[in-house]
Amino acid sequence: MVMEHAIEVQGLTKTFGDFTAVDNLSFRIKPGEIFGFLGPNGSGKSTTIRMLCGILSPSGGQGKVLGYDLKDSEKIKQNIGYMSQKFSLYEDLTVEENIDFYAGIYGLRGKEVRERKEELIQLALLTGKEKALAGTLSGGWKQRLALACALVHRPHLLFLDEPTAGVDPVSRRVFWELLYRVAAQGVTILVTTHYMDEAEKCDVVGFIYQGKLMGFGTPGELMGAMGLTNLEDVFIKVVEEDYQDEAWQELLKSHRKEVTGE
Amino acid sequence: MIKWFRIRSIVVKEIIQIKRDIPSLAIIFIMPVFMLLLFGYAVTTDVDHITTVVWDQDKSPQSREIIQAFEQSGYFDIRYYAGDMKEITWLIDGGEAKAGFIIPPGYARDVLKGQSAGLQAIIDGSDPLIARTALSTAQMIGQVKGFALKLESLSRFGLGIKAEPGIDLRARVWYNPDMESVRFNVPGLIGLIMQNITVMLTAFALVKERERGTMEQLIITPIKPFELIIGKLIPYVGIGFMDVIVTLLIGSLWFEVPVNGSVLLLLALSLVFLLVALGLGLFISTVAKTQLQAMQMTFMIILPSVLLSGFMFPREAMPLPVQAFGAVIPLTYFLEILRGIILKGIGLQELWRNVLWLAILGVGILTLSAVRFKKKLD
Ligand SMILES: Nc1ncnc2c1ncn2[C@@H]1O[C@H](COP(=O)(O)OP(=O)(O)OP(=O)(O)O)[C@@H](O)[C@H]1O
Ligand SMILES: [Mg+2]
Repeated sequence: MVMEHAIEVQGLTKTFGDFTAVDNLSFRIKPGEIFGFLGPNGSGKSTTIRMLCGILSPSGGQGKVLGYDLKDSEKIKQNIGYMSQKFSLYEDLTVEENIDFYAGIYGLRGKEVRERKEELIQLALLTGKEKALAGTLSGGWKQRLALACALVHRPHLLFLDEPTAGVDPVSRRVFWELLYRVAAQGVTILVTTHYMDEAEKCDVVGFIYQGKLMGFGTPGELMGAMGLTNLEDVFIKVVEEDYQDEAWQELLKSHRKEVTGE
Repeated sequence: MIKWFRIRSIVVKEIIQIKRDIPSLAIIFIMPVFMLLLFGYAVTTDVDHITTVVWDQDKSPQSREIIQAFEQSGYFDIRYYAGDMKEITWLIDGGEAKAGFIIPPGYARDVLKGQSAGLQAIIDGSDPLIARTALSTAQMIGQVKGFALKLESLSRFGLGIKAEPGIDLRARVWYNPDMESVRFNVPGLIGLIMQNITVMLTAFALVKERERGTMEQLIITPIKPFELIIGKLIPYVGIGFMDVIVTLLIGSLWFEVPVNGSVLLLLALSLVFLLVALGLGLFISTVAKTQLQAMQMTFMIILPSVLLSGFMFPREAMPLPVQAFGAVIPLTYFLEILRGIILKGIGLQELWRNVLWLAILGVGILTLSAVRFKKKLD
């Protein structure tokens, strides 16, 4: 696939009523990159991902995913993989049945299904659990199964929304090993996370806060710009800097006045 | 473009899930049997041995003959012989007797002369079921014995009954000569069971997908809402149909209510009704957020359909606004169809109106729900 950017958005905006969840977002991701999308809770990460997947229409701005316009959601859907924030596979289906199901949905057939399933079970380290119900798997295994299902149709772009939330450190490391392997095959990955050690493993990271993009660059660039030695401090500064904002201070003052009468 | 492989994947997945879900299996296999037993045995609307008082003013062989005819019908137990009107009123007021017959003086003379002999019946209208049975039986006996029945309903007991029986009532007596409620219930049960199971399971299947978050993963795939709906509905058409056959078999083999009309027509029209029920389930799934809500809403649909469709009580006896409400319940029409085919053995020629209404309601509900469902996904 020949294209300059796997993702490119300009002025992407989403409003719910008079609340702006995503505010004028612009960035570009090169094919094959791992992009870490960071931001506190409610900052608009999932909403952005939903727009990029074509299941939520933007209120403003434009963008291209894998060279397809955001409006062309059919084409996009066929070529992306997605892992939602919450485990969302069928717990009453076995590991194999889950993979079979998504293989069927994406139009894989017969031998193709069997071969791909074997490949994925090996890749996602699920060997031995093929017949286990997904609901009986532990956190780390569930995430790997979800990854396998998201990869079943060999997507060129993978959206992972907090894939490692609530997973132990060892399982997280294993999961990231897998991500590197997938990226090495040329798959672009957009991953959101609240773990800064994971963010440091990304090629590029973007900070989003209250729907706005507050920073973008390689982890090294961002740490350098702020003169800090780890991303965690960068994250905190990005968010806390905003607390010094005049408007914020006004609000605090008026609140204090209301409560204490001063 | 609809892709059949996607629909097939959904169907396969759905069947695996149903197989592993104990509550669903219970609904599919136990509910029909349970409902058949409940309505076949426990909830009997049969009325017989109505305690009766007679005031024989004629005291002739002819009057004794007519009293015997009442007694022998099995519906009336002549417990009391009254000497005057006061006594009859007293017995019925006190609930001792539910029906009273007054044979006027000169009854034998009229009968012998070949004239229509008048006979007065007083029926306690407080239990409409008893009242109807008493009335229609008395009328039947009257028709046989050739006397005119003058009816006086004790309307102070609440529900008065109409002097003229509704068409349905007569049909009931004709086609169900023993007035066994099993005969009346079994055809209705086929419709009710089918409706309940399909509505409930379809609603659950779709709400579950949303409740557990699997819908989120699904809508990111290229599957179209229409394919999802079709794929989800196919297994439940199968299950609904299977339940029709099971109920029919139990009905005809165990309760001995055979299908008098065309079985093929019955199955074909069941399919139409199934689509209606699936539409209702789909509709619930667009409103309910959790399986519990879906369950509650299912009952909100089931209850009026049990009470107002004519399943338990004849619609003719209902006030007009209630009848009108019953007219928008799909089960109402399907019941007519079921009873028509199973009990009367009639066909499309007589039933086409019901079929038409059922189809109209079905297309309406299914379209509305599908549109709502699609909107919710977008
Ligand atoms: N459908 C919606 N209607 C109204 N508000 C919404 C809707 N979806 C999201 N929001 C709001 O938009 C904001 C951004 O939500 P979003 O889920 O994108 O955040 P997030 O960055 O993914 O947060 P988290 O880290 O908690 O997952 C939140 O304040 C949320 O309440
Ligand atoms: Mg989120």
